[in-house]
Amino acid sequence: MSPFLAVLRRELRLAQRQGSDSLVALLFFVLAVLIVPFGVGPDPDLLRTVAPGLIWVMALLAALLSMDRLFLADHEDGSLELILLSPHPLESVVLAKCLAHWLTTGLPVVVAAPLLGLMLNMDATSLVPLVAALALGTPTLTLVGAIGAALVLGARRGGVLVSLLVLPLYIPVLIFGVAAVDAAIHDFPVRPHLLIEAAILLAALALAPWACAGALRHAAE
Amino acid sequence: MHRYANPAQFLRLARAVQPWAAALTAVCLVAGLYLGIFASPPDYQQGESVRIMYVHVPAAWMALFVYTVMAAASFAALVWKHPLADLFAKAAAPIGAGFTLIALATGSLWGKPMWGAWWVWDARLTSVLVLFFLYLGHMALTNAFDEPTRGARAAAILALVGFVNVPIIKFSVDWWNTLHQPSSVLRLDGPTIDPSMLWPLLLMAIAFTGYFLCLVILRMRAEIAARRVRALRFGRTAG
Repeated sequence: MSPFLAVLRRELRLAQRQGSDSLVALLFFVLAVLIVPFGVGPDPDLLRTVAPGLIWVMALLAALLSMDRLFLADHEDGSLELILLSPHPLESVVLAKCLAHWLTTGLPVVVAAPLLGLMLNMDATSLVPLVAALALGTPTLTLVGAIGAALVLGARRGGVLVSLLVLPLYIPVLIFGVAAVDAAIHDFPVRPHLLIEAAILLAALALAPWACAGALRHAAE
Repeated sequence: MHRYANPAQFLRLARAVQPWAAALTAVCLVAGLYLGIFASPPDYQQGESVRIMYVHVPAAWMALFVYTVMAAASFAALVWKHPLADLFAKAAAPIGAGFTLIALATGSLWGKPMWGAWWVWDARLTSVLVLFFLYLGHMALTNAFDEPTRGARAAAILALVGFVNVPIIKFSVDWWNTLHQPSSVLRLDGPTIDPSMLWPLLLMAIAFTGYFLCLVILRMRAEIAARRVRALRFGRTAG
């Protein structure tokens, strides 16, 4: 079995056995979105206007919530050093861990988003772009967040620090993700925004594993 | 470059450069401020408030310049493990954050009379604000570890990752239709700004660069001294 698949299976099995971690991110996402109508009031028009941005911001926070755990457990119990010592490229291991992280925390958010959109009074036509933009954007959140998670290994108060490092880098994903949904609401073409979102994902897919692997090597020194 | 990996060599160079940089800063600052505040004409549209430009524009240039140099130094620190490149990035980050803050604050003061708002969510303004937070993140990460070299290496990777923001800031006024005006000095077809305003602007830019050089040398010398003190203390407790 290739190391990529082996790591992917290990991560998924860990997530399945431990259960709660990935569920917590999803529950946080749902609860955080549902608490907003209590704050701003139940006016349907207002909720419809803020829904795309709201769902995106909460998806971003949900991604951050589970981010600092990505390498922490491996760093603490020493398996990270074994992974570093293995002859397989660290970049592919990083990519496998990111994929597992997205499958367990990003994908549930993408699936839950249209339901929340309906509850916030979004039109059915704008739900498809919302799901498409989230499906293209949340893997980028995981990849960029993984760099932050690797950088803060061994730092004091690492969890808070990840947010400070990574949130500024999340802004482009947020801008084009919300722009795609807004375009659908106002009958503008959605495609360009989704293409840019896909381009950001491809760039992150190509570059983030290298930066992340570099950071992990320094963390283990 | 590797000649100056030796702190003694670097300190010799730094001591030679520092007074010249200070003198250049003083001369250009006085001349630039005089030309900018008294000798240059008010703008035909903006009136006297155009004089904010002589602080705002050089500060914004420096915000980008310092980050670019920091990213280059971080690259050198990661590839060649150059010991002073780490020191430079650590010394430059707070200064760069200061320039970014000055650019944001003066821009806000300028925006109120011109656009009628202290702040607009315009691409240029937002991306500079992101740059400010990148500086803050860099500073926080540098100081987050018990071992200074680990913090320096992590911050170097962050500086390189955050460098994607620099071209976005530079070209944000060309790519998006924004309230912030497009570039009028660094253009392919020559500056569109009148020489009577260009000269004080350039003098102020030289003054800001000289000021940055002075401060960064000062901070690097202080950091080298602090490391020596630390090494001496370790030596005393060990011996």
